[in-house]
Amino acid sequence: MTDLSMNDLMKAKVIGRTEIEDLVVVPLFAIIVALLLGAVAMLATNVDLGTIGLSYLALLKGSVGSLNAISETLTAAAPLVLAGLGLALGFRAGLFNIGAEGQIVTGGIAAVITGFSFAGLPTLILLPMSLLAGALAGALYASIAGFLKATTGAHEVISTIMLNLISYRLLDYLLRMPAIQKEGRADPISKSVPEAAELPRLLSFLDPNLRVHAGIFLVLIAVAIVYWLLFRSKLGFEFRASGENAEAARFAGIHSSVIIVAAMATAGALAGLAGANQVLGVLGRATPGFSAGLGFDAIAVALLGRSHPVGVLFAGLLFGALEAGGRQMQVDAGVSIDLIGIIQALIIVFIAAPLLVRAIFPWGFRRDREGGS
Amino acid sequence: MFSQLFSPRYFCATAAVVMALTGSATAFTACQVTDTGGIDDNSFNQTAWKGVQDAVTDFGIEARFLESQAETDYEANINSLIEGDCDVIITVGFLLGDATKTAAEANPDQKFSIVDFAYDPPIANVLGQVYSTDEAAFLAGYLAAGMTQTEVLGVFGGINIPPVTIFMDGFSWGVDYHNAQKGTSVIVLGWDPDTREGLFTNNFESLDDGRAYAQNLYDEGADIVLPVAGPVGLGSAALADELGTDRLKIIGVDADLYLTDPEKGHVYLTSITKRMDATVRQVIEMAMNDQFEGGLLVGSLDNGGVGLAPFHDLADAVPDDLKAELDAIRMGIIDGSIPVGR
Repeated sequence: MTDLSMNDLMKAKVIGRTEIEDLVVVPLFAIIVALLLGAVAMLATNVDLGTIGLSYLALLKGSVGSLNAISETLTAAAPLVLAGLGLALGFRAGLFNIGAEGQIVTGGIAAVITGFSFAGLPTLILLPMSLLAGALAGALYASIAGFLKATTGAHEVISTIMLNLISYRLLDYLLRMPAIQKEGRADPISKSVPEAAELPRLLSFLDPNLRVHAGIFLVLIAVAIVYWLLFRSKLGFEFRASGENAEAARFAGIHSSVIIVAAMATAGALAGLAGANQVLGVLGRATPGFSAGLGFDAIAVALLGRSHPVGVLFAGLLFGALEAGGRQMQVDAGVSIDLIGIIQALIIVFIAAPLLVRAIFPWGFRRDREGGS
Repeated sequence: MFSQLFSPRYFCATAAVVMALTGSATAFTACQVTDTGGIDDNSFNQTAWKGVQDAVTDFGIEARFLESQAETDYEANINSLIEGDCDVIITVGFLLGDATKTAAEANPDQKFSIVDFAYDPPIANVLGQVYSTDEAAFLAGYLAAGMTQTEVLGVFGGINIPPVTIFMDGFSWGVDYHNAQKGTSVIVLGWDPDTREGLFTNNFESLDDGRAYAQNLYDEGADIVLPVAGPVGLGSAALADELGTDRLKIIGVDADLYLTDPEKGHVYLTSITKRMDATVRQVIEMAMNDQFEGGLLVGSLDNGGVGLAPFHDLADAVPDDLKAELDAIRMGIIDGSIPVGR
């Protein structure tokens, strides 16, 4: 059903058969092959067939099999989609931003500091303010890499990776500062944000264990905004034009340095929002590991979503489902959580190599276009 | 491959799968949530999991575990187990303290036990397992001070939290005690018990950090290093293995690392054991016999909850006098005549 609605969306724009193949068929087959190879990996590690069946059933049950499972899938997907949208936007503008992790860290810590510093303000003011602080901090942090590229030509891959490492240490340092560190603790952990700054949990009236929170609305709004920005606005056109051919864009009168900084800042704002989503919606505070590699998983999400906002939404949901279901795999079948990592990696391998997927499933594609675009 | 699932040969397995999913377990089930080091860390999480496995062997119960990949997983992992018909949920590690408290208060009928955390005031359905690790670390400090050739010892921790720093405190105090008794001037790099500042990797995962931190301490003259960071210490052991035990020895923590890390077993002078396996097994037994109640379970030198592992390969290198002194100090700590601390 999801694929149908995705198809409809695709058709809304003038998109040919090849695009649909790239956007829908390749990812779908990639997931299937990855699951099959995941089973082979399990076989290779002496897991018997019964357990493999059990683990994939658990994967399904843990991701969509109950209200709690769906709640966990959405909770895990939210930050991945937000950060993935930022990365997708960067990719469209020709920027390979590896720095979502650092932008999540800076966004998260900024949101936490704002949250507990202005405790006492009502939710209606404090929550948007904390979210905004997170987005702003992420945007500023990403702009550093954008600025360096625009002015000196420093490649964003290198500078964002370095900025990630700096952000980890910055976080360690900030979390030990007396103004930020939780009272009575010697380890790096921030004060908790007041309830007014937390993204409210949506279903806690049903069961206090349901963690899904208002961040999912944030995600939907962000998908819509990024879609509009990329495909309906002048700025988005300039992003895409620069991404397709920077030289041509420059000759067409687009200021490439401004575009680079603007694209990085927008990407950073979305990643920062992902960080704020984690600390305000899930944890209620910042700790050294709160980013949890989300920024790197989000790269995979953006690639799997083919850098399209709707694609990123579905890719994020899939990765969220894998994470929530992976937990259930451990509980029910005793299969290592690392296997989920393997399946995710395999999906990426096949997404990155569409020719491979086309070779494995020739009947899924139009014959005369074999060989890909 | 999947078509085979439905062949007669595998039909039973498939049927069993379906049964397992639909039927509910009747046996007593103990569930564990690990910290981020992973279940196979050779030390902290693995020792706690061994307690559950011992209970499986001894009492025939069922067991499940969930590994935490990141701190964002704690709450979700505990929640998944609450759904999974667990008779007792054991959370392993101080960092799970807040998540365990939240879950325990939201699910008052579920029995919880947490390693390394004491709630004040206690929670009715949570049994905390804590350890007087400083007593055993005191012995290790005294031993190391008696063994060092360079009069410099090194220590580093994972994260600056009480269950980690208690090792470093005891170790430092043991060295001080040796200095006071023997007139030596051995120094400990990496931890200051007064300022509460020291050397921390800020994670419990990176073996590379374990190697780098041990290298730094070695470069500063330390010939015995105590890494208090779970699997991170395995990296330090790899360095000691390359340098040779004449130049660098390691003191293990949590389990007897000579046994859990046999490939590098020879580099461990001893280990400061923290018998989480014993307390976890005890908690499960209590829960099975309806003796479970919230509060504290304390492991000490006296009840064997903490201790010093044998010297194994390095037994001949430790002078007999020193061994006798350690025995005397051990008795002194137990009867209270030697205060641990300053």
